[in-house]
Formats: sequence, C-alpha cells, structure tokens
Amino acid sequence: MTTETLARPNPTPDPERSLRGATPPPGRTSDRVFQVVTLAAGLLVLVVLALIVVATASQARAWFNAEGLSSIFSSNWDPAHHHFGAFGLLYGTLLVSFIALLFAVPTSVGIALFVTEVAPRRVRRPIVYTIDLLAAVPSVVFGLWALAELIAPLSHIYQSVSSATSGVPLLGTLFANPSGSGEAFMTAGIVVAIMITPIVTAITREVFVTCPASQKEAALALGATRWEMIRGAVFPHGRSGVVSAVMIGFGRAVGETIAVALIIGSSPRLTANIFGTGDTMASIIANEFGDASGTWRSALIGLGLVLLVLTVIIGIIARTVLARADRRLGIVAR
Amino acid sequence: MDTIPMSDTSHRTATVGSVLTRPPAEPDVAERTPLPDPAERDIVFELAGVEVRYSGVTAIEDVNLKVAAREITAFIGPSGCGKTTVLRTLNRLHDITAGAQVRGTITYHGEDLYGPRVDVAEVRRRIGMVFQKPNPFPKSIHDNVAYGPRINGRKRGEIGDLVEEALRKAALFDEVKDKLKQSALGLSGGQQQRLCIARALAVEPDVILMDEPCSALDPIATARIEDLMQELKANYTLVIVTHNMQQAARASDRTAFFTAEIDDAGRRVGRLIEFDDTEQLFTQPSDSRTEGYITGRFG
Repeated sequence: MTTETLARPNPTPDPERSLRGATPPPGRTSDRVFQVVTLAAGLLVLVVLALIVVATASQARAWFNAEGLSSIFSSNWDPAHHHFGAFGLLYGTLLVSFIALLFAVPTSVGIALFVTEVAPRRVRRPIVYTIDLLAAVPSVVFGLWALAELIAPLSHIYQSVSSATSGVPLLGTLFANPSGSGEAFMTAGIVVAIMITPIVTAITREVFVTCPASQKEAALALGATRWEMIRGAVFPHGRSGVVSAVMIGFGRAVGETIAVALIIGSSPRLTANIFGTGDTMASIIANEFGDASGTWRSALIGLGLVLLVLTVIIGIIARTVLARADRRLGIVAR
Repeated sequence: MDTIPMSDTSHRTATVGSVLTRPPAEPDVAERTPLPDPAERDIVFELAGVEVRYSGVTAIEDVNLKVAAREITAFIGPSGCGKTTVLRTLNRLHDITAGAQVRGTITYHGEDLYGPRVDVAEVRRRIGMVFQKPNPFPKSIHDNVAYGPRINGRKRGEIGDLVEEALRKAALFDEVKDKLKQSALGLSGGQQQRLCIARALAVEPDVILMDEPCSALDPIATARIEDLMQELKANYTLVIVTHNMQQAARASDRTAFFTAEIDDAGRRVGRLIEFDDTEQLFTQPSDSRTEGYITGRFG
C-alpha cells in the first residue's frame, strides 16, 4: 500500500449541480418496472380479499335480515323449520380445532425437536420428507380412512371412558352420551390433528433450526443438559415461530371441510359432550350447500363469512400477544 | 506489565515440577473435586498429545501444555491456527459439533476429562465459558444470570443473592441494579459481555474459558474486561484466546503461541509452537516463528 493510493482526490461537491442526472441511467427503468409489478402483486391480494368479503357479505345479507342477531347467537340450526342459528356450528368449529391443536401441537413440537436436536444426522432428512409427504395426502383420504378404520374402535373407547367417568363432576359431563357410531367432535378433532401436524411440524422445525448456535452453546456452557438447553435457548428463540405455527394450524383446522363432514355426525348443536355428534361451519357448508336455496343458501354463505372473520380475529390476537411479548424482551419485531 | 507479579523461568520450572509430584486425583467423577487451595499452584488442565479432527481432517495436533490454577493463560496465534479449537476441548464443547473428534489425553485436576463416566454437564458447570460475541439470552438481565443457578437446582430463595453477587463480581451490578427486569438485549456490547461473564460466574465455576472476549468490543469496554480478568484471577483459573497480542502481553501470566503450517503431506495443521511465561515469550521467544508473529512480521 502506498500513500498515493490512499490519497484520493477530495471530491468537493458542486452545490449548483443537481443530484438528478440529465437522463436516468438504464438501471432506473427496470427498477421502476420492478417496483410497479411488485406493488401490483401486493395490491392484488388485497383486492381479491376485498372482493370475497363484499361478495359473501352481499349474498349473506338475506340471512342476517331474516335472523337478525340470532343468526349468530342462536344455536338452533333447523333448515326444515327455517331456523338458521350459527352458534352451535361456531362452537363446533372452535371445539374441533381446539381438540386438534391439543393433540397436534405437542406432537409437532416433539417431532420438530427430535428432528432438529435429538435424531442422528443421517435420519433427519428422511423423517422430514415423510412428514412433508403426510401433508400432501388429500383431506378426503383422511376422512375415508377414519370412516373405515377409526370410528369403530374409537366408539368402543368412547363407551368405556364414558362409563368409567359417569358421575364424576365435569369429566362425567364432558364424556357423557358417546355417539354409538363413533362419529363425534373428538373423532373429527383427532383426524384434523393428524392433518395439521405436518404443517405445524414444518414451521416449528424451521424456527428451531434457526436457533443460533451461540445461544445453544451459551446454555450448554453453563452446564445445561440437552433438555435444559432446549428450554433455555431453543424455546425462547422459537416462541414466536411456534405461536405462528399454532395459528396457521388453527387456520387449517377451522377451515377443514371434507374429512370433518364425513366423521363428525352432522348434527349442529351446542353441547359439552365431546364424544357426541356435532357439526362445524365448514362441514355443514359441504354437506348442505347442494340442497340449499333462499335463506338457507344465504345462511351457508354467511357461515363462510363468519369463518373468514374468525380466522382474521384469531390472527390479530396472536400478533398482538406476540408483539407485546417481543417488546417486553426488547426484541425488534421481525 | 508491572501489575502482574511475574516469576522468572527457573522459578516457574521449579513450581511446575513440584505441582507434578502431587498425587493423582481419584478418577471418580461423582465425587466433587474440592477447589484447590489458592496458596498451592496447582495444575488444572494437562493436555498431552491432543489432536482435534473435523470430519477426519486434522485441525490441530500434538498439543502438550499445562494450565495452572489462579493464573491467566493466553492462547495467541494467527486465524485458523486452532487456538479456539483447543479452548473448546477444555469444556467438551466439541461434543456438539458434528464430525469433531478429540484425541490424546486431557486431564482436569488429574481426572480424564474424556473418561467414560464423565458427566459432560458437570464438566461445563465447573468450566465456564465466555464467547467471542456476547450471547445473552433474550430474557431479562436477572433471568440471564439466574439461568445457570436455576438449572443447577439452586433454591428460589438463593437466586436473588446469587444474581447480585455474580453481577458485582462482573463489575456490572451498579450499572444494571435498577433495571434487572429489563431485557439483556438493551445493554451495550460491553455490558452484554460482562453480563455473560456474570452468567458464567453465577454457576460458581472453577475455570472460566474466554474465547476472544473483547474482539467485538471497543477499547474502553475491552479495558474494563481486562481489569475484570485481573480481579477474577484471585479466585478463578482463566484461559483466554485472543487475537490481540497486546492483550495477551498485558493481561496474561503464561502464553501459548499456536500457528498453522503446511506439513510434508500438504495438510494444513495447527501446532503449539511455544508455551512460556508471558514476559519470557514476549521478550525472549525461543522460536523464530513466535518472534516473527509477535514482532508483526507475519500473521
């Protein structure tokens, strides 16, 4: 290195000269096009969403006009007598999703941890591929499999659990009146759990993989065992990612249609008996839409709108909770 | 250099010799080795013929050195010479690196560190580590320091005092005492590194390994960490990897110089070139390669 190369001529800016060139260099045009194209793509999503909301809302108006507030807050869904109260269906949707998450989230987190932290390196890839494959199985296949293979053994389990817990407060009510066929909220919840496990696993695995080695080493260097390291370093790092995974799993569970329609027993009602038959918004749309007309049809479209609003609300709640937790920890929003 | 009482070479040899005559410790890991008497200059680590391979490729080989208690031992050398690799053998952190393999013998207070019944978590409890980049957990300041005591089963009632004590030892308490509940990520880089030292101290270790602890810090923060190292020396054995020769010269008692060379078979392998009293090594290096490095002719 010589002094000559170090001493660059001092670039004194000419205050008269504008920063704008006489003609834009060729790079500017492509930049501009890129900007416009991506902006259009971004706006398209919003436009499509707005159109969906407007179209379903206008179609569902007849239902809201006919039922008023009881459209959502009544649980009496009886097309034969022109009662279209959605509350039982809303409840069924939330119950099935809750049961599904109850099974799927611990399983998914367990698989993700196994694949990222515990399994020998050689078997990690094959396990990931297998789980991803599970995600590609069509919903109806799960439904038919459950119908053919799952509901009969489950109905026996429901019967014995029910008789074993009868008389026990709370549990007795929860497990009372098991369905004879095995079609139940619980059955739908289990099958939906199997269906959302791959996506929840995939997302949790990705966040666990990105846990910096420095964090894991920090924990291990303090004498942490593997489990203590996971609790101290991997979980805190992956917390927001796991919440996102749960939300996406919840979104899937809420919208799950065909499999649920086959195995839930199609009886819209508000009941604490999780071994009993029920129905969800998505499955009743699938089961009844073909026969429906007039207010009935409008009500089914309205259910679709309620589903949409439900997922948006859950998403907002999740983001708010996360943002608050991140602020408390001083983590800049990602 | 005036702050460090430095023994001359003959004295040092005599001291090391007397230490070597001490009876070997029981090879029973379950029994907690008592902290050595500060009056006795004790050998904490003894490395003999240590070689580390990554996926079969030798990174460093033939390392023989002894780390004495209540001293600061510095590892210096150019990038890629394997000094950090050697440091990480001392708390078995290579166990989590895929493909890493440690050969030779490393004893810790006479016990084989890689022996069959050694509890790795216990090893790391006694041999703490501070990393190159400050790596606090995304938790509050208090919870960062409390992590170690918590996982080691300290009672809830003791934790508050332990945290305060560790933060005081790391010369951080006065700066953070009013914001213990705030996130550790809000601290400056130097404060974060002292927090990481406090976090290591809270486990009450015997040894603290430091892997270039000041390389991400400004000169003022570096000076604070170096002062802290001198204070910690009274109670802990420190092994520090540094790129900064002035730091090694200023802060350490003994220095090991490593470098990587291409051998006859064309492999690039790290080696320990010279290990001596810091003053001796920096004023009268016995190897021309050491001299070349410390005078800035290469590396």
